[in-house]
Amino acid sequence: MEIERPRSLDGALAALAAHPGADLLAGGTDLMVEINFGRKRPEHLIVVQPLAELRDLDRNGAVRVGAGVTYTRLLAEGGGSFAAVREMARTVGSPQIRNAGTVGGNLGTSSPAGDALPVLAAFDATVVLRSRRGERRIPFADYMTGPKRNARAPDEIVVAAEWRDPGPAQTFLKVGTRNAMVIAVASLCLVVERARKSVRVALGSCGPTILRAGEAERFAEELIDESGWDEPLDVSEAAAARFGELVAAAARPIDDVRGSARYRRHVLGVMARRALERVGSVVA
Amino acid sequence: MRIHLTVNGLEREADVWEGSSLLTALREDLGLPGSKNACEQGECGSCSVLLDDQLLCSCLVLAAAAEGHRIRTVEDLGKDERLHPVQRAFVDAGAVQCGFCTPGFIVASYALLRDNPEPSEAEIREALSGNLCRCTGYGKIIEAVRRASREMYR
Ligand SMILES: Cc1cc2nc3c(=O)[nH]c(=O)nc-3n(C[C@H](O)[C@H](O)[C@H](O)COP(=O)(O)OP(=O)(O)OC[C@H]3O[C@@H](n4cnc5c(N)ncnc54)[C@H](O)[C@@H]3O)c2cc1C
Ligand code: FES
Ligand code: FES
Repeated sequence: MEIERPRSLDGALAALAAHPGADLLAGGTDLMVEINFGRKRPEHLIVVQPLAELRDLDRNGAVRVGAGVTYTRLLAEGGGSFAAVREMARTVGSPQIRNAGTVGGNLGTSSPAGDALPVLAAFDATVVLRSRRGERRIPFADYMTGPKRNARAPDEIVVAAEWRDPGPAQTFLKVGTRNAMVIAVASLCLVVERARKSVRVALGSCGPTILRAGEAERFAEELIDESGWDEPLDVSEAAAARFGELVAAAARPIDDVRGSARYRRHVLGVMARRALERVGSVVA
Repeated sequence: MRIHLTVNGLEREADVWEGSSLLTALREDLGLPGSKNACEQGECGSCSVLLDDQLLCSCLVLAAAAEGHRIRTVEDLGKDERLHPVQRAFVDAGAVQCGFCTPGFIVASYALLRDNPEPSEAEIREALSGNLCRCTGYGKIIEAVRRASREMYR
């Protein structure tokens, strides 16, 4: 095992160009477990954790979150248009895990249960990749291609995720067996971007990749078309129930150790109703 | 590979396997067995240390990547003859049974009280949510943190 500790992003890109497919080490909360248990013996390991170029967190205008930003740093941000980001970060692991784990690591692992991913999907985020060949920007929907699979080339490093500020009508919910230290049985992020008359719902842990619930999105947009995009939405019980059904129908869940497909559909319906009620009343 | 670490204020050197965790380096190579090894997957917190003042699981830190950072382990908080108030409070509250989880809880409680001198019960539970104890049922541990808070900031 050969370990490289480049001092700059350029150095890391050069090291990766020399050893395409080398493993990158950020917070280590996924990769070190693999190494400790002998499931992975990287030939080349490039430590990207200290790189300053990956740590920017910019919320003026377009939002940019560097790949090396930890959950603890996200939690320290103010709410508003970061409400769902904070709700998400709060559910991750434990203080120890949040101090180490990064958004770039979540994107690197690309687990369907990765908690940052439904948020990035619902925000229509762009994943920014860099290599010696240049920069590539791809929509999250094209980035994650399957369970633990993504469109990153072997010589690329994820440098950041970017998105347009969607306003404060947003929320993230996650269900697990307890509050701390839990991999999601199912999770959901809902964004109502009133300025663009757009509703987006993304589901985690409910399919091979992060799923968007298109029909539920259209349904909610029609609801808000009627009540007015500048007005708080008073969600009727029937409308909330229908929204929940449509979200549940968009899932492609499986039975596994964490939960059954049937339970996942049920819990998605519950989370969807709650999310719509919570977010509907939020007007910027 | 040879690595140079700053542990508890001292410059130390060790020969470690490239993939070695900081926890293994501390315990096997540097004679600091206070940090415990129970799960090696970040679930139990018994290996908790401070790295540049941040609470981390040392089993998830690559030893070689810890070069250039300040590491503090439970051994640095207090000595047998002079316990840290957090350690004293754990003894006095009866928060120690088998003791395996205790070093991790001590470091995590220390980090909590450093940032938040008078935490509520909910804040204590949240701050210690990355540490598991199979013996005490946590009641006495929470009591110990309250005692330590009173001792330190009275
Ligand atoms: C006890 C425990 C609890 C956890 N709880 C949660 C949870 O609640 N929710 C959750 O989503 N996850 C959880 N995780 C998983 C993990 O913490 C997250 O996936 C985290 O975001 C990984 O980030 P990291 O920086 O530690 O990644 P690392 O382990 O350093 O890297 C993970 C992968 O990403 C790659 N990578 C890292 N940085 C980059 C980059 N810049 N560009 C491209 N690839 C990169 C690495 O090569 C590696 O393959 C938990 C893990 C543990 C051990
Ligand atoms: S040994 Fe590190 S968290 Fe359990
Ligand atoms: S005292 Fe035995 S595990 Fe906590």
